[in-house]
Amino acid sequence: MSSDLFPPADTPSPADNSRRSFLKQSGGILGLALAPPLVSQAERLTAYSKVVAGTTEFTLRVNGQARTVRAEPRVTLLDALRERLDLTGTKKGCDHGQCGACTVHIDGQRTLACLSLAVMQQGKEITTIEGLAQGTELHPMQAAFIKHDGFQCGYCTPGQIMSGVACVREGHADTDDQAREWMSGNLCRCGAYPNILAAVREVAGQPSKG
Amino acid sequence: MNDFSYTQAASAKEATGRLKDQAQAAYIAGGTTLLDLMKANLQEHPQLVDINLLPFKGIEQTKDGLRIGALERMSVVGEHPLVVQAFPAISQSLLLAASPQLRNMASIGGNILQRTRCGYFRDAAFPCNKRVPGSGCPAQTGDNHNLAILGVSDSCIANSYPGDLSVALAAFDAVLTLENAKGKQRRVPLTEFYLLPGTTPQKETVLEPGELIVAVTIPTAAHTQRSTYLKVRERSSYAYALASAAVGLDVQAGTIRAARVALGGVGAQPWRSREAEQALVGQPATDATFRAAAAAALRGAQPREHNRYKVELAQNTLVRALQQVAAG
Ligand SMILES: Cc1cc2nc3c(=O)[nH]c(=O)nc-3n(C[C@H](O)[C@H](O)[C@H](O)COP(=O)(O)OP(=O)(O)OC[C@H]3O[C@@H](n4cnc5c(N)ncnc54)[C@H](O)[C@@H]3O)c2cc1C
Ligand code: SF4
Ligand code: FES
Ligand code: FES
Repeated sequence: MSSDLFPPADTPSPADNSRRSFLKQSGGILGLALAPPLVSQAERLTAYSKVVAGTTEFTLRVNGQARTVRAEPRVTLLDALRERLDLTGTKKGCDHGQCGACTVHIDGQRTLACLSLAVMQQGKEITTIEGLAQGTELHPMQAAFIKHDGFQCGYCTPGQIMSGVACVREGHADTDDQAREWMSGNLCRCGAYPNILAAVREVAGQPSKG
Repeated sequence: MNDFSYTQAASAKEATGRLKDQAQAAYIAGGTTLLDLMKANLQEHPQLVDINLLPFKGIEQTKDGLRIGALERMSVVGEHPLVVQAFPAISQSLLLAASPQLRNMASIGGNILQRTRCGYFRDAAFPCNKRVPGSGCPAQTGDNHNLAILGVSDSCIANSYPGDLSVALAAFDAVLTLENAKGKQRRVPLTEFYLLPGTTPQKETVLEPGELIVAVTIPTAAHTQRSTYLKVRERSSYAYALASAAVGLDVQAGTIRAARVALGGVGAQPWRSREAEQALVGQPATDATFRAAAAAALRGAQPREHNRYKVELAQNTLVRALQQVAAG
């Protein structure tokens, strides 16, 4: 995506002053994240929610930490993670929901960061590949990918691992065929599929029959 | 993607009010269709109105049948016990669609409003009557291998809805509940929701500007329980249908008492085939009956150069789906 999505942080965009309108809160992520509800319940039923325009500051919970992001509403979670928070483990493949390289967990659910707006993820728990290991101890899925050589170039790997962790947790990796189907949202141009399958199946508790 | 402002609506009234004030604004649910198209600069909206707080939730049996809130996610609906047991074709149409990640994000209302995957529509460098009315339709003589053969026109041959769920909804007499800015609700059968391209392919549904999809209701019947969704694609998973069939049968003592048939991938809209149903009802549940029904379903096909194969593919898909349901 073009870099004009990221105006220098210290120059407010024109929209910042002219278009931002501070209307009354009506709850939801904007109300919660940007201003605690100061208005009464009765007022909130009739009032419109705040409109966010131009570059604003908001908080995302990423890998257990509260992180401040300055971004326009059009910035995707993927770009916010990579370009704002220096969490470059999450990869940009297609940027259109077609490859799975950008898979992260949002409230425990595997999700494509490229088709998610950062501004819509306030108040949610975001987990990226950087948040999987416990200190120096790898997550079992990470260890299994190393053991089974589940990659060649490695570009799809963070997405594969995030998807694999969720796939096992969902109970969708109980047979080879089931794991193949439920991992099909993650493409691998290097074709490491047999080894990826072996890793996912091992973590699910039943080694792959190949 | 153009710059836009963002707001979250706390009520349907607020959401529809926003679109009344700002007609070019758009609702966002999962965002998997909307952001995809906005990133390609095929749609531009000055404001996005997040509707995820609206109370369009729930999956429940009502006196009218199974009611699914428009903001329920594809993954949740597809694996819901009520849906799996009483509406297998609906469950399959959801779980064979897109990918697990997309299904976690995508809402039922958004699914119904997804847009065509016609390559010319998705590339702003080309003319396209659907995108720019009157500019032409390069697909007529160009690459049309994945486009429609039923209900098409000289203006557009796209499968306006390329997905799966609405095919099953069309087969099983689903009814949409819609709500407008006045708070007034109306009910529209799914088979009357989509519009054929005719000379106005830019007009895709009967949804009024700013109108919301609240829920979809599917009547329960013997033929919804005994049903299947069969999807044929270029690869075995994570791809749109070249052809698909949603079918339901009520077979008693070898005779078909009731039948529901809809085809995907081949129609300008999700293609309910009452012709096929007429060829099935009252007949023995045999291969000969199924073939006759498939022939009836495709009788009006108007293929172009590269999608001629779909005439036979769709018939074979329908026959196999009917065989599966009759045997099951
Ligand atoms: C790579 C890829 C593969 C896919 N494969 C398949 C497939 O195989 N089968 C299939 O069926 N689908 C497939 N899809 C499409 C996917 O299912 C849809 O993108 C998704 O269902 C849209 O839901 P959403 O909530 O994300 O919609 P959004 O993107 O949020 O919204 C889509 C449109 O609907 C409007 N809208 C949303 N909800 C409402 C409402 N309640 N009332 C009024 N308007 C509303 C929005 O304004 C927008 O115009 C695929 C998508 C991608 C990106
Ligand atoms: S088939 Fe329809 S969507 Fe495709 S180019 Fe022609 S008018 Fe556009
Ligand atoms: S980068 Fe998100 S799916 Fe490809
Ligand atoms: S390892 Fe190279 S794309 Fe998967």
